[in-house]
Amino acid sequence: MGVVELRGLRKEFGEVKAVNGVDLSIQKGELVVILGPSGCGKTTLMRMVAGLELPTDGEVLIGDRNVTALPPRARDIAMVFQSYALYPHMTVFDNIAFPLKARKAPKEEMAQKVEWAAGILGIQRLLARKPRQLSGGERQRVALARALVKEPAVMLLDEPLSNLDAKLRVSARDELQQFQRNLGITTIFVTHDQIEAMGLGDRIAVMNAGKVRQVGDPQEIYDDPADTFVATFLGSPPMNLLERNGHLLGFRPESFLPLEVARGDREKVTFPFHLGRVENLGSDRLLYGTVEGAERNRTISKLPSTVEVSVEAGETYDFAVCRADLRYFDKESGLRKEPPPREGG
Amino acid sequence: MAETAERTATRKPSEMFPARELSSGAFLADREGLLGILFLAPAVLYIIGLVGIPFFLAIAFSLSDATIGDASLDIVGFRNFSRVIQTPQFRRALFDSFFFTIVAQFIVIVLANILAVVMSRDFRGKWLARTLIILPWATPISLGTIGWKWILDSKFSPIDWVLQQVGLLGGPDALLGPGRHLTYLGVEGLAVSSVILVHVWRILPLATVILMAGLTSIPRDILEQAQVDGAKFWRIHFQVSIPMILPIMSIALLFGLIFTFTDMVVTFILTRGGPVYYTQVLPLWAWFKGIDGGNLGEGAAIALFMFPVLLATAILILRSARRMEVT
Ligand SMILES: Nc1ncnc2c1ncn2[C@@H]1O[C@H](COP(=O)(O)OP(=O)(O)OP(=O)(O)O)[C@@H](O)[C@H]1O
Ligand SMILES: [Mg+2]
Repeated sequence: MGVVELRGLRKEFGEVKAVNGVDLSIQKGELVVILGPSGCGKTTLMRMVAGLELPTDGEVLIGDRNVTALPPRARDIAMVFQSYALYPHMTVFDNIAFPLKARKAPKEEMAQKVEWAAGILGIQRLLARKPRQLSGGERQRVALARALVKEPAVMLLDEPLSNLDAKLRVSARDELQQFQRNLGITTIFVTHDQIEAMGLGDRIAVMNAGKVRQVGDPQEIYDDPADTFVATFLGSPPMNLLERNGHLLGFRPESFLPLEVARGDREKVTFPFHLGRVENLGSDRLLYGTVEGAERNRTISKLPSTVEVSVEAGETYDFAVCRADLRYFDKESGLRKEPPPREGG
Repeated sequence: MAETAERTATRKPSEMFPARELSSGAFLADREGLLGILFLAPAVLYIIGLVGIPFFLAIAFSLSDATIGDASLDIVGFRNFSRVIQTPQFRRALFDSFFFTIVAQFIVIVLANILAVVMSRDFRGKWLARTLIILPWATPISLGTIGWKWILDSKFSPIDWVLQQVGLLGGPDALLGPGRHLTYLGVEGLAVSSVILVHVWRILPLATVILMAGLTSIPRDILEQAQVDGAKFWRIHFQVSIPMILPIMSIALLFGLIFTFTDMVVTFILTRGGPVYYTQVLPLWAWFKGIDGGNLGEGAAIALFMFPVLLATAILILRSARRMEVT
């Protein structure tokens, strides 16, 4: 059984079903990313795990204990808010020491643990400062250190990187992963940024409209999306969806290549691709166009700059996808289904 | 009418404001120095007229032998001060002014904290409770005090009546004695307590409302973080909430100090400084001496003893206001 078990968790705010039946099991030492568009209920889910929100229905188990009705302090969790929520009137030291004070830890232990956490995050020289004298990145570290000193069973992070600038975000992501791996803290990480999710997560739970659509490791989520939502939420540009012969066909733009480039001996499916527009992004070219003979047929191809085929807008070319890279979805429900017996291009 | 509006709307701004008007308007608005003087002038006049002149007049009176009958200023040095200091009434008034103010403010801070916390919670009838709390502040102080005078009356006090009904007062072996009345305003200890009580009653609403406003301004994240960090209610209140609203709280406290310290209405209506002179306070004693007794010089001298305290408080208020700006 996992360190954290969510069973049939639901939360309604009046009419709004913010979280609508979530089951999730998180193993010890794992970093699970909860990924989903804005307003899909990620924060609400997290708050229910933390005990800041009482579920309308369902159970939360942490370390084999049913904590559904327990307040946050009785749950053995730590949380980092998006705003970092540092206590503005306390020094960095006192901020980090606060959870220990609340636990009435002895003074030496407190100093020792704060040193240790500050050491891990490289903020020893900031201990005497007040939060307003810190940069965004430093604040984030202080908030993490404060979560760390508790040595919690599970650490909850709600978009902790979204207040950092793009460059810092990449390095902070890297550090966060290092630190999580080294210490082996079970972590739930909420984000709406798919790159963050793919880069960080041992597993990703993709949420939409209050429900978990798919749980799996990043590769699995990317390669084998469980439904059209997951397929189109991940990847940039997202998976192409074509409707043809009554099937919904999906394939990634980077697997959709000109026939002459798509060599190799894997079996291919060919499509006539009418090219509408070319976008050159430096490292890639994005080709926007339509597949002839399909109903829902807007399609994008992503060519790495190493592919030196010259293409002209307005022309029609033969493009191909490996049969193994094709995904089939049910037209009505959008759910993934088995490939039909034999269907060719 | 409608036609004009339409015409105006379709005209270009440059047509609506001919060039000359525009530049002359900009001219006045651009002269910040002049504007500053214009805006500040009323305040400066007000301060000179209603604060400055009376203040210097008071100093002049206190150094002179002026009386209501003969307001000519013959300077007599510090004679008024030394004479005033020697009376036991003055010493008692000096002590009581501080004692009432400090004790009342202490009680107010404690009660306001409790009330503010309770009132910030969600419960049924919250709005009614909030209105009731603010009510004493909306009543004129003299009116409220007259109400209290009745409540504490030596014969008709409803408190006495209740105590009699529950058997705590008036029986042969009642806890509070066999007499039928406690005469709240006629015994030193009770009179002092009564005055403090009325001061608390008067200041509490303001303090509560200021604290409530402060508490609601604390970001929810921070309070939730404290919960997650494992703190319980009192730790959150005293180590997170209170420090975060300390600047605003100190302003509430300082205002309360000034209101209580300078007030003469409560003691005037309730006790007139009695029994004997046990609830005498500086402003009331100054009034008795200077206006009632006609000795302007001594009255002014007594009143001036309040000045250092008020000055210090005002400086503290300004400093905590600045601290709020900075953080
Ligand atoms: N206290 C509340 N009262 C009413 N509705 C709420 C409340 N909190 C959240 N909601 C609603 O519940 C839904 C989910 O909100 P939530 O904050 O969990 O989304 P989110 O996935 O965290 O979004 P974001 O990525 O923008 O932070 C939203 O539609 C939101 O409007
Ligand atoms: Mg959120």
